[in-house]
Amino acid sequence: MGMTITEKILAKSARRVFLEPGENVWLNVDVLMTHDVCGPPTIGIWKNEFGEKAKIWDKNKLVVFPDHYIFTKNVHANRNVDVLRKFAKEYDLPNYYDVGSPRYKGVCHIALAEEGYNVPGTVLFGTDSHTCTSGAFGMFATGVGNTDAAFILGTGKIWEKVPESMKFTFHGKMPEYLTAKDLILQILGDITTDGATYRSMEFDGEAIFSLPMLERMTLTNMAIEAGGMNGIIQADKIAEEYVSERTDKNFEIFISDRDAKYFSKHEYDVNKIEPLVAKPHSPDNRDTVKNVEGTKLTKCYIGSCTGGKITDFINAAKILYGQTVKTSTFIVPASTETAKELEGETYKGLSLKQIFENAGCQIAQSSCAACLGGPDDTFGRAVDKDVVISTTNRNFPGRMGSKKSEVYLASPLTVAASAVNGFITDPRNFLM
Amino acid sequence: MEEKISGLAYVLGNNIDTDQIIPAEHLVYSLTDEEESRKYGQYALSGVPVPLAGLPEGGKQFVESDSYQSKYSIIIGGSNFGCGSSREHAPFALQKAGVKVIVAESYARIFYRNSVDGGFVVPFESTEKLNDKIKTDDEIEIDFKENEIKNLSSNQVYKLKPLGDVLPIIAAGGLFEYARKSGMLEN
Repeated sequence: MGMTITEKILAKSARRVFLEPGENVWLNVDVLMTHDVCGPPTIGIWKNEFGEKAKIWDKNKLVVFPDHYIFTKNVHANRNVDVLRKFAKEYDLPNYYDVGSPRYKGVCHIALAEEGYNVPGTVLFGTDSHTCTSGAFGMFATGVGNTDAAFILGTGKIWEKVPESMKFTFHGKMPEYLTAKDLILQILGDITTDGATYRSMEFDGEAIFSLPMLERMTLTNMAIEAGGMNGIIQADKIAEEYVSERTDKNFEIFISDRDAKYFSKHEYDVNKIEPLVAKPHSPDNRDTVKNVEGTKLTKCYIGSCTGGKITDFINAAKILYGQTVKTSTFIVPASTETAKELEGETYKGLSLKQIFENAGCQIAQSSCAACLGGPDDTFGRAVDKDVVISTTNRNFPGRMGSKKSEVYLASPLTVAASAVNGFITDPRNFLM
Repeated sequence: MEEKISGLAYVLGNNIDTDQIIPAEHLVYSLTDEEESRKYGQYALSGVPVPLAGLPEGGKQFVESDSYQSKYSIIIGGSNFGCGSSREHAPFALQKAGVKVIVAESYARIFYRNSVDGGFVVPFESTEKLNDKIKTDDEIEIDFKENEIKNLSSNQVYKLKPLGDVLPIIAAGGLFEYARKSGMLEN
C-alpha cells in the first residue's frame, strides 16, 4: 500500500520501512527549535530531569531564536532572553541568534528558512505551534510543549502518533487579487478550527506550485489553525533552489504515492475564490471581504510569521504606493533579512520602505510584536475596543492584546486596501 | 494514580484556546520559582470572556481576585479544548490553580500532549456533549477505573473514553517518569 509524504518522512525518522496512521512511533529529530517564551522553561525542565548528567544530544541540531518579547521594558520578558543568552554561552551553542547582536534574525519560523535549517525530508520540532510553517519545504515540522522539547534536548527522540493525511488541491492560475492567505482562510472556513486535529494537511495543485516559497509558508503556517499536526508541500525545483542557496546539506525529496490513503480530499478552483477575511473571534469565521466591506477600523497590522514576509510587503506596496493611510497602520517585518529587503526591494522606482513611510505607516524592528499581544508596551498592540485588520494568524478573544478588541484576519492586499480607506475594503477596488 | 477524584465543576464552551487559558502577557513568569509560579494559578482562565466564564450563567470568576487557587478542580469543556499556541504554560496554569481533570469532547493536539507528557492534568474525552448537562458549581466525581463521570448534584452518570495509549504516561506521572520506568532513561 502506498504512503503519503508525511508517512514516508516519519518512517525514515523512525527507522522503519512502512508505517500506518494511528501508530505511535519514536522519532529521531533532525532539528529542535526554541525561542524566548518557551526556551527558558524547556531548559529548566531539561536541567531538572537530567540533573548533573544533563547533556544536549547534538548542539548542531539545536537552534535558538529570541523573537517574541524582544523590544520591551518588561523585566520578566528581558529575564527570559538573559536565560537564553547564559545557556548559549555556557554550552557554547553554535546556533544562537542573540538580540542586540548582528546575528539577531527575528521571527523563528522565517529565520529557520532563511538560515538553511529547512531541509526537505527531515523532521523538525519546535516549541511553537507555528513550527508547522517549515512543512512548505517537503519536511515534517510540528510544535510541541516544553516537556517534550526538554526530552528531545536530552535524547534527540520523541514519540508521535502517525497522522492521517488530508489533501487540499488548488487548480488554476492564481489571480492577482488572491494570496496564499485567502486560500488557507477558505480551507479554515470549510473544515473549521478542529477539522484537521491530529492530521496532516497536504497542499497540492498548480496554483500552489506557482507560488514562491514564502507564500507557500503562509499555507503551512496556518495548518495549526485547523488543528493540523503538520502542513506539507512536496519539494519542487523552486524549493530545491531556495534550499540550495542557503545550505550545503544533502536532502531527500519524498513524493506521496499514487495509491496513498487520505482521510479526505478537497479540490478548489482558485478562480472561484474571492478575497476573504476571518471575522472575530475565530480563524474559521470566514466571510468574503465584500460582505464585511465598510467595517470601520482603528488599526491595520502587517506582520508576523504568517503575513510579515517580503512577499507580503510586496503585495501591500502594490496598493499603498502613492496612497495615504486613514487608519494607524503598523508594519513589522518578520525577520531582519525582510527588514533589509524593505529597503532593497522596489516598486515603481521606490523602495517598499519609502512607499510605506510616504503612506504614513509606522515601521518597527523585526519580532513577533503584537501578533500575540504581549507586554503593554508592545508595538501595535490592540487596546480597549480596537477594531483591527491584520495579516496575522489568530483572532481569538484577546489574542492581539485587549480582550475587548475585535480582530479581522486577511491577506496583505486586503489589509493594505483597508488601511487606505480606514474601513474594510476589497483589494480588487485598487487592483482592477 | 488515584481511583476517584471529586470536586466542583467549572463549565466552558467550545474552542477554549490557550490565550483564554493563560493570556500571552503572563507567559513571562518563572515556572520553576515556587512563589512566582503561583501567578500562573492566579491568571488561569483569565482570558475567557466574562459572559462565557462558568456556564450556563457565565460571569463566574475561575479564581477569586487576590487568590492563586480556584475552588474548581474539574473543568468541563466542549470541542477543540486548548487550541492555539504550544504554550505548556496553559495546562501548567490550570494545575497551579488546582485543576485535576478536564473532561472535553475533543482536544487540540499540543495541549493534549502537554497535559499528558508534563503530567499536569488528566485530559479525558467524553463520549457525548456534557457542557450543556453539567453546570458550574455542580459536584462531580471522576472514576478512573470505570472511565465514568458522575454528577453528584443531579445523580447522572456519563461514560468517558478510555485514556488508551497515553494511560501508561499518565499513570507514571509524565513523559520523563514514564521513560525512566520503561528503561528508556536511566534512573
